[in-house]
Amino acid sequence: MFSFSIVTQWIDEFLRQYLSSGLALFIECLLVGFLLLVAYAVFALILIYVERRVCAFMQCRLGPNRVGPFGIFQTVADMIKILLKELIHIDRADQFLFRLAAFFVLVASVGTFGALPFAEGLHAVDFNMGVFYLLAISSLGVVGILLAGWSSNSKYTMIGAMRSGAQLISYELSCGLSLLAIVVLSGTMQLSEIVALQADSWFIFQGHVPAVIAFFCYLIAGHAETNRGPFDLPEAESELTAGYHTEYSGIQFGFFYLAEYLNMFIVAAIAATMFLGGWMPLHIPGWEAFNHVMDYIPSAIWFLGKTFACVFFALWVRWSFPRLRIDQLLKFEWKILMPICLINILLMAALVALR
Amino acid sequence: MELSSNLIIFYLLAAFMVVSAILAVASKRIMRAATCLLFVLVGTAGLYLMLNYHFLAAVQLSVYAGGILVLFLFAIFLTNPKGDAAEPHDRRRVVMGIVASLCGAVVAGFIILKQFCLYPVSDTAIGDHEVNMKVIGTALMGTEKYQYLLPFEALSVLLLACIIGGILIARKS
Repeated sequence: MFSFSIVTQWIDEFLRQYLSSGLALFIECLLVGFLLLVAYAVFALILIYVERRVCAFMQCRLGPNRVGPFGIFQTVADMIKILLKELIHIDRADQFLFRLAAFFVLVASVGTFGALPFAEGLHAVDFNMGVFYLLAISSLGVVGILLAGWSSNSKYTMIGAMRSGAQLISYELSCGLSLLAIVVLSGTMQLSEIVALQADSWFIFQGHVPAVIAFFCYLIAGHAETNRGPFDLPEAESELTAGYHTEYSGIQFGFFYLAEYLNMFIVAAIAATMFLGGWMPLHIPGWEAFNHVMDYIPSAIWFLGKTFACVFFALWVRWSFPRLRIDQLLKFEWKILMPICLINILLMAALVALR
Repeated sequence: MELSSNLIIFYLLAAFMVVSAILAVASKRIMRAATCLLFVLVGTAGLYLMLNYHFLAAVQLSVYAGGILVLFLFAIFLTNPKGDAAEPHDRRRVVMGIVASLCGAVVAGFIILKQFCLYPVSDTAIGDHEVNMKVIGTALMGTEKYQYLLPFEALSVLLLACIIGGILIARKS
């Protein structure tokens, strides 16, 4: 299988030929950061287009279909429009915090995005505590949402921020606990090792029932983490106009919009990495010829295919269920989902101990 | 080169932390103070990352930035807007504050001087390898020498007591 480490090593050697090691490292860091940001923006454009088309499909309408073939340039046009829009000044709002809040949300999402293993050898930072890092850095986003709601000086944003804070903090627990079940199974938190351990069969097959339970718990909790329907109370448009980002305009709103879509991608990507093998092709022990054919499909396509399958599932759920009430939402997390996750970890530990 | 780039990163982080720490104390608006406190905490996580203690950096981020600071923000939300603009302190508090900061400065100065006198060139300042999660895990959950199962369990009992106490206080009214 083609490994991207050939390319990265070649660039590294090329830079080190002409530059000192420190400067080469600095330039590599800049390159990685630039590529990640470009990938972030491009994925956002693709995701917005996909969401609009899929939503249209679910609701028996056409969706964007005028700009370019099948409307694929619609989101590019929208991006240019949002860049040109005026930033509206909010009277008697804390301007410093108001501007800052959007960056918090964006930084948390880019920080998580940067640590994902995209393909074989295409992994920017591979921490030993990779899974924990993903959970830790994504928890910064809550602060951004709370600050946005408070500094906008409006009751809609305030209520939206309160709801969002309560929801994110609660569902973060289930997210972490369901991922912990897989950490128990694999015995490591390093993402590269987790992917490598799934070479024979994916964790969702290796882990029997507990892994399947953990997968569904993660999908529910992750879906709630992204603030999207049926968990879109923070921005319930019938009650709160647009929730915590009501007062934002132009590119500042764009930041929230970007982060929301990319968070959907990140949750799907983590689900794909932890449960569905990441960039690892589908291998069935014993079927040598089949495994060999699967190896010919590039690893990036495997990763993106699994991720977009999870994204599609999230969109499907979004248009299938009505919105919950805040008390139902919190009751569901604390009284149903979290106990299931805790018992599931015990089950998984028993499974690992008996194996 | 490696050493100097580390130094540059350290000084950038240190300057960032000092400036946000001063802003956190000097700011008149409580929300801004909380945000600046968050910057200090994130900067500390950056220092841990630089020392290659990645686990502590992630703990710092998830516990302080994701947990405690969000609690602070919620507390500010739920209190009355009088807290938005802080009143000037009375003299007793100012004097106590000066005494406390002097004590802190003495402790920090003592540590820095001790470091300079005892270990003039410290090679251990920048950790050269990442601490494995397995090492930390077994150290926390083991019962042998230099392993911390008892303190770990004692802490969890303490936290449980705090949770139950919190619920009791909340239910009273």
